[in-house]
Amino acid sequence: MIYYDRVGKVYADNSIALEDVSFSVEPGEFISIVGHSGAGKTTLVKMLLAEEKPTSGSVFFESINVHEVPMNRINHLRRKIGTVFQDFRLLPQKTAYENIAFAMEAAGRAEEEIHSDVPHVLDLVDLTDKANNFPDELSGGEQQRIAIARAIVNQPDVIIADEPTGNLDPVNTFEIVQILKKINDLGTTIILTTHNKGVIDALKKRVITMDRGKIIRDDREGKYIL
Amino acid sequence: MPDSVTIKRILRAGFLDFWRNGFVSLASILVMTVTLFVVGTTLFAGVMLQSTLATLRDKADVTVYFTTSAPEEKVLQLQKTLQALPQVQEVTYTSAEDALTAFRSRHQNDQLTLQALQELGDNPLGAELDIKAKDISQYDAIAQFLQQQQQNGGGGASIIDKINYFDQQHRQALDRLQEITDSAGRIGLIVILILVGVTIAISFNTLRLAIYTSREEIQVMRLVGAGQFYIRAPFMVEGVLYGLISGVITLLLLYPVTYWMGTATQSFFGGINVFSYYLSHFFFFFAIIIGTGVLLGAVASYLAVRRYLKI
Repeated sequence: MIYYDRVGKVYADNSIALEDVSFSVEPGEFISIVGHSGAGKTTLVKMLLAEEKPTSGSVFFESINVHEVPMNRINHLRRKIGTVFQDFRLLPQKTAYENIAFAMEAAGRAEEEIHSDVPHVLDLVDLTDKANNFPDELSGGEQQRIAIARAIVNQPDVIIADEPTGNLDPVNTFEIVQILKKINDLGTTIILTTHNKGVIDALKKRVITMDRGKIIRDDREGKYIL
Repeated sequence: MPDSVTIKRILRAGFLDFWRNGFVSLASILVMTVTLFVVGTTLFAGVMLQSTLATLRDKADVTVYFTTSAPEEKVLQLQKTLQALPQVQEVTYTSAEDALTAFRSRHQNDQLTLQALQELGDNPLGAELDIKAKDISQYDAIAQFLQQQQQNGGGGASIIDKINYFDQQHRQALDRLQEITDSAGRIGLIVILILVGVTIAISFNTLRLAIYTSREEIQVMRLVGAGQFYIRAPFMVEGVLYGLISGVITLLLLYPVTYWMGTATQSFFGGINVFSYYLSHFFFFFAIIIGTGVLLGAVASYLAVRRYLKI
């Protein structure tokens, strides 16, 4: 479903972010990418969103070469991929409800769908009572749960969670991981990047370990080894 | 082509952003109002300048003095011929008697001159034709034509005594007037263009800054899967709103400003009252100012968002 084919990325100042990275992800998998800061985890997932272009190699999503999709069509691809970021990236001028609804509106969904689906995902992340709050009125954990709700509301095939727990305390971290696990159980592929040992060890799922732009381990049921 | 649901969402998003970004909206509207006010006042300045220059140019004329023996019908015939010339705007006939009356009243405090006139007994003044051209540059052609008439003389002695265009002084004055009005018009136009250009640039920048504050949001929208048009359109709605509101404020502001300026500057601007001009040309001002505002808002927003869509 997702296939990285010998992907390399060299930034303008000749610093190497990725070097000859190849791996594939099957539908329904829960895959964690671990590594120190600067190991290339974020660059790797940004490639899938076409937020970054590789200097060599290619990235395929459902047999489409992501970087051959023209700029004005890329949003159709992104609707199939939900994204959750370390810094939440909610729209500050919109309420929790509107943030989630925006992703549906942007995808051109009908009003009735929005009215039925948004409360549903709000319920899934247990934030029904905060629907009309603006992001700055929510805690970090709550913001991240809204971001997850936004990511899943269009029923994407994949969710990319780039260090979603990086800014959260252990309790919130645990909650977020539980929600991601639940989403995965419902059939959505999840790509999680993290450097939180506890999260990885609790998951007992596939782990790709990166170091200085290279994959150094790929374990079926991995632990955090670095 | 976006469907009605999309259009509704875009409009709602534009209005909501406008309202929730209250301070940014206020600042943008203020700057844009200044821009439109400058556009409006330069429009006035342009009109005033034109009318002032027109009154100045209107002071130019050429006078033909006829001999005392010139028969009236011949003078009137020449008046008709002149009137038929394409360059000529107006020809005024002053009979010998009228010329004398005018001369008397002009010198009514000058006993010596009046006495001398009395001594003469006969009217020493001839009839006159006052010629106004449509344009100040056309006096030369008219004078040439008159000179030909003078030389041909219709067989006998010419009825034309003197054409003041061929006076050195009169001619210099005419040339100078033409130079001054021409360059004043040119300089006025340049100043207006610079002023309008600068203020439009300031407005543009303000909108760019307003959208700069939303750059991260635009990125998030892109990553959530929103299309370029769907992201851009609400910003353009906001820009158009800024333009509309600033336009209305400007039109309202111009009302007291022109009222106050109207009476104070009427005589200075060659008889045009800016207030009544504003009222009588209100739809012209409405179209220009609202149109400029809306166009400026939409185009500036369109361009400002573009740079953040490259992701």
